[in-house]
Amino acid sequence: MRDVAVVSFAQAPNLRSDRERNEVEIVMPVVREALDSVGLEQSDIGFTVSGSCDYLTGVPFSFVMALDAVGAWPPIEESHVEMDGAWALYEAWVRLQHGDIDAALIYSFGKTSLTDLDKVMSCQLDPYTLMPLWPGAISLAGLQASAMLAAGTVSEADMAAVASHSREAAQGNPAIPEAEGPADVDDLLSRPRVAHPLREHDIAPATDGAAAIVLVAGDRAAEVCDKPAWISGIDHRVDTHAPGNRDLTTCPSARMAGERADVGRSHIEVAEVYAPFSHQELLLASELGLGDGVDVNPSGGALAGHTFMVAGLARIGEAARRIHDGTATRVLGHATAGPCLQQNLVCVMEAAR
Amino acid sequence: MSELCAVTGVGQTHHDAERSDLSMHGLVREAAVRALADAGLEWKDIDAVVVGKAPDQFEGVMMPELMMADALGAVGKPLLRVHTAGSVGGSTGLVAAKLVQGGVHKRVLVVAWEKQSEADASWVLMMKIPFAAPLVAGAGGYFAPYIRAYMERSGAPKDTGIKVAVKDRLNALKNPYAHLKMPDITEEMVADSLMLWDPIRYLETCPSSDGACALVLTAEDALGSCEKPAWVVSTAMRSEPTMFAGRDGVNPQAGIDCAAELYRKGGITDPRRDIDVAEIYVPFSWFEPMWMENLGFAEQGEGWKMTMSGATALDGDMPINASGGVLSSNPIGASGLLRFAEAALQVRGMAGEHQVDGAKLAMGHAYGGGSQYFAMWLVSSDKP
Amino acid sequence: MAEDPITGIVCPIRLDYTITPGRAQTRFLRGLESGKLLGQRCPATGKVYMPPRGSSPTHGLPTTEEVEVADRGTVTTFCVVNLQFASTVREIPYVCAQILLDGADIPFFFVVQEVDVNEIRMGMRVEAVWKDPSEWGPTLENILFFKPTGEADASRESYKEHV
Repeated sequence: MRDVAVVSFAQAPNLRSDRERNEVEIVMPVVREALDSVGLEQSDIGFTVSGSCDYLTGVPFSFVMALDAVGAWPPIEESHVEMDGAWALYEAWVRLQHGDIDAALIYSFGKTSLTDLDKVMSCQLDPYTLMPLWPGAISLAGLQASAMLAAGTVSEADMAAVASHSREAAQGNPAIPEAEGPADVDDLLSRPRVAHPLREHDIAPATDGAAAIVLVAGDRAAEVCDKPAWISGIDHRVDTHAPGNRDLTTCPSARMAGERADVGRSHIEVAEVYAPFSHQELLLASELGLGDGVDVNPSGGALAGHTFMVAGLARIGEAARRIHDGTATRVLGHATAGPCLQQNLVCVMEAAR
Repeated sequence: MSELCAVTGVGQTHHDAERSDLSMHGLVREAAVRALADAGLEWKDIDAVVVGKAPDQFEGVMMPELMMADALGAVGKPLLRVHTAGSVGGSTGLVAAKLVQGGVHKRVLVVAWEKQSEADASWVLMMKIPFAAPLVAGAGGYFAPYIRAYMERSGAPKDTGIKVAVKDRLNALKNPYAHLKMPDITEEMVADSLMLWDPIRYLETCPSSDGACALVLTAEDALGSCEKPAWVVSTAMRSEPTMFAGRDGVNPQAGIDCAAELYRKGGITDPRRDIDVAEIYVPFSWFEPMWMENLGFAEQGEGWKMTMSGATALDGDMPINASGGVLSSNPIGASGLLRFAEAALQVRGMAGEHQVDGAKLAMGHAYGGGSQYFAMWLVSSDKP
Repeated sequence: MAEDPITGIVCPIRLDYTITPGRAQTRFLRGLESGKLLGQRCPATGKVYMPPRGSSPTHGLPTTEEVEVADRGTVTTFCVVNLQFASTVREIPYVCAQILLDGADIPFFFVVQEVDVNEIRMGMRVEAVWKDPSEWGPTLENILFFKPTGEADASRESYKEHV
């Protein structure tokens, strides 16, 4: 496999509601920053790929408009996945394996304030047996949390601790300018439930945003970046769909992706996992084998600001950033899709090539 | 690092206006099961699944590959979903090919599909979007002015489009999977059909179909029992913005550049001579002469001569759309992959009644959006 | 008692979206409120885009310079629509044209009326017919349609790069 590194990462602030800018206007400065920070132009990029969702924008072919933000002239080699940008990054990593190009640009965007994300997520379900019930993502997550509480694998205090840490960590993250104020576990446990057993702090606020990453292969990565975040393992897997068909206290696809990405080969210092619900961070940490010595979601995680279609790419970017700034040498970024963590992607990055 | 990639299995559904006999899962499996059987493989032999389809509003399910992960045999495997508008079937094939060529997987199942009858396709294509300029009358209304511009530029005879419409529907009679079967079609019938968006007539327009196409792509050392693989010789993909000052919407640069890269990587110097048969994306009949020029099979302004002389007929020197093409079956998400699949069938000698004798090198072509996304591949009966 | 198999279900879906036009389009829509067609110029090529999208599609650069374009221009190409489509109700046949407004560097789609479908041609000069100003809002619907101005056709040179 060819060595590929994340050399830059840029993201727009995750805002509860950006009523001023449309998707193109949010993406444009993010793409520019990702390129400028490594001194590259669109003409240096051999492959461009994005992730976005028509049901989120409410418009078919919605990814087409975002191409204006990139400057696709002369014509470029470009692709798109109807998935979180993390999978667009995966497609770019695969493309770079071919050996004929050295640099790829990935971006993704989402304006969750346009609609009721929870309701839209019901449209992702089996249309015969689940969608007509309109459960929404929150209720399904609540079922998963209930299962975990009943099994005794987590406690409500554990969940509140995740939320408390997320709020604390987000205070220092310019990408989360509207972070909820810090609160301790007892305070959070005293608050009312929203969808039993979930309380408001267990559920990520939906936000608007965009992110971009540049991948460079081989020696060129070190030419453009002092501390490239080398991808040492990347894998993704999917579980059976129906939540009723799964043991919701487990996440086999995350476990499998983590094993295939060789998470366990040596110590992970920082892990950014895409968990828009507090109990999911605990489940993922367990399935990925992340013990007490791992700094989980130091960015605040998706729990502090959840831009659908971006949160996974942003996790990879946030983790890579710890290598770029020299504070870590082995990190992972994770992304998820589908109800109750049905599909999972794990990307392990290292300072050493 | 670039491994060889071969098509060892091809499967497609019987395309129709409404496959009410099948659920979405069933539609996809009808194609996938055929592809696996063709490849002599079982579900467990597949390493990864790549799905392609166009906007999810066509079926009313967001990211349906997730809810049909089980039906796709994808549980425990990597599953990707590509969406590049009309070219998606093609780009999906390319994404899957890269998985094999990059050495990531040995056997990949590719499925592209659309079940347009589930929701309301015309509503999706003409959705009234606030603040946007009114998209007046659907895809045909968008392309018709460019077709008019081509006619004006080239001086093509007015019945060029009619000839393509008849040719492709007659070819479709030889394709058991094609949607439209019009054994009585004549040029008069096409000429008399309603002029929908002048200069495009009803019978010069593609149908709206339910359908799926599946391929098995394998690495050189995983051919299994396949005796006649179609080797992927070269691939290319290009995009340009929908609208910009000075854009040529009739002969898009992205198409020209895409074909140029395809030919360069495939060692092609004279496409019309070197390529034996091509399956290209023609949803409105006039796109055949336009693409002949865009792809370099004909000089600028002379693409129509290939149609009018019979060069693009099944017995011509450059058969185009022997399968009946998009004009005969158009499940939007699948159409691009169907072009790639039919190209593979040709070089494997498995195109049945619409087989072009001695076809050894074939092109698959797909385009999408406002003629801005292009995906192409060249497949050969010979190992590169 | 034999039961007919279930061959389908109907699942009504209603989703509400609040669309944000964004900064560039907001400027454009505000312009329409006062009867103006505002475009934006690409800083790299100098080309004027109308309607503006905030970004130059060829260069991915912000287009901040505003340029007012005329409400008359040249038909670069067109088609005649003979069928009623769901999203619009118009008297058929009607003409849809790509119109290159004076001052703009890309044509845009609009309906042309008050023209015989046998008369419409590439190069024809047309002008906007607006609603009564009292009815103007931030929308392109302020323009009812374009109609021929009666001027001589534009020279092919003037629009040939847009066809």
